[in-house]
Amino acid sequence: MTTAPREVVVTGLGATTPLGGDVASTWEGFLTGRSGVGLINEPWVEELQLPVHIAAQLAVEPPLGRVEARTLDRVQQMALVAAREAWADAGSPTVDPERLGACVGSGIGGVLTLLSQYDVLKERGPRRVSPFVVTMLMPNGPAGTVGLNFGAKAGVHAPVSACASGSEAIALGLEMIRSGRADVVVTGGTEAAIHPLPLAGFGQMQALSKRNDSPTTASRPFDKGRDGFVLGEGAGSLVLESAEHAAARGARVYAVLAGAGMTNDAHHIAQPEPSGDGAARAIRAALASGGLTPADVVHVNAHATSTPVGDLAEANAMRLALGHAAGSVAVTATKSMTGHLLGAAGAVEAVATVLALHHRVVPATINLDALDDEVGLDVVSINARSIPAGAALSNSFGFGGHDVCLAFTTR
Amino acid sequence: MSQTDIIGGLAEILEEVAGVNPADVTPEKTFIDDLDVDSLSMVEVVVAAEEKFDVKIPDEDVKGLRTVGDAVSYIRRAGVAA
Repeated sequence: MTTAPREVVVTGLGATTPLGGDVASTWEGFLTGRSGVGLINEPWVEELQLPVHIAAQLAVEPPLGRVEARTLDRVQQMALVAAREAWADAGSPTVDPERLGACVGSGIGGVLTLLSQYDVLKERGPRRVSPFVVTMLMPNGPAGTVGLNFGAKAGVHAPVSACASGSEAIALGLEMIRSGRADVVVTGGTEAAIHPLPLAGFGQMQALSKRNDSPTTASRPFDKGRDGFVLGEGAGSLVLESAEHAAARGARVYAVLAGAGMTNDAHHIAQPEPSGDGAARAIRAALASGGLTPADVVHVNAHATSTPVGDLAEANAMRLALGHAAGSVAVTATKSMTGHLLGAAGAVEAVATVLALHHRVVPATINLDALDDEVGLDVVSINARSIPAGAALSNSFGFGGHDVCLAFTTR
Repeated sequence: MSQTDIIGGLAEILEEVAGVNPADVTPEKTFIDDLDVDSLSMVEVVVAAEEKFDVKIPDEDVKGLRTVGDAVSYIRRAGVAA
């Protein structure tokens, strides 16, 4: 005899993004179709003759105190801001510390500290290197900081899977609760990598949009004219809780995290498998994990970064996994507004997916002037669209071949 | 340099590095227990003190500096020696 897995619900949301410093302003940006992309106002853009001059920078600088901020990399600061908002939004639950976990992923970690402190070392010597450099640059720094902030003793984890890190952290949080290791888990993703080196590197991969003369229209997932992604920064956070724990304290429930699927393409370190097979297996696994079928799905928040190859592979994956149902699902790509937040993308998009279910409305994809003929999906554009109750998926894929799909349902 | 000047200088550093209220910086206070300066922040305090008071404080001497008063005496001696 098998017993049904423990039901896991979402009770708190937090975000700091290129659209706003919190969930409310970010959601308002999604619904009104605001772009968070702009010119990078740093002297190095010109000094280093970078081919890309645009990025999606945080709308609001992390509002931390000076002393707290000096020991934390920007990637940790943003994670903390989002997690604190999510925790407060969940009603600051009282939970046994040994039943509280934290899972916060980042694609790159404290790269700003790594590079700036190397400059300090070369220019001023080892005695001037910050004693916090290691804890600021380590990829588990954001998870450690968030866990410490809430006193999470059940376990603190930091999945690193490039642009799938945020989604993988949420999937790991789900597993922590389902397996009985924790009752509440603060999950999320964070990234702060707007620096000339990542910009030059992604540029060399031909992954970035070069639409420097029109920043707000540069990120255009599924559009015929897309030419690459726009690098962004930010963080998102979800408080996950066992349904029993949430019910016992009378918590507001946004949605159920019904399932998650994690697979790998095993095809290429950076290129997606063109048929979409790996991603389709992640979608199927997420549905199976939640006891769902393609017919239950009313909405997909696509990974869709606005690269020519990636968006098509994902469209193939959705058609493969959802079959006939794919044509009647409201698909959107919120990266058209936030740019690509790398390790934070999955977390911020999970926030958007949960709110779409909660408010029964899907934000439109902006800059979708002419849908690529090969996409073959119902991508919501121009106006936000109402959706019925049901299941909503959030896809995230990352260099390394990672495919992650989260499945949320309305209560 | 007088004891008062050194305490004032240390108070500035402690406020900058660890957010310590300058009024709390008195000779009998211990850095770790009373002023809540952790071992990593203490490294920053020492480096800033070396710069401010133009002295050398080798790592092996740092654990002997338990209180603000210990640091003041050390800096005065080191300053005279230099």
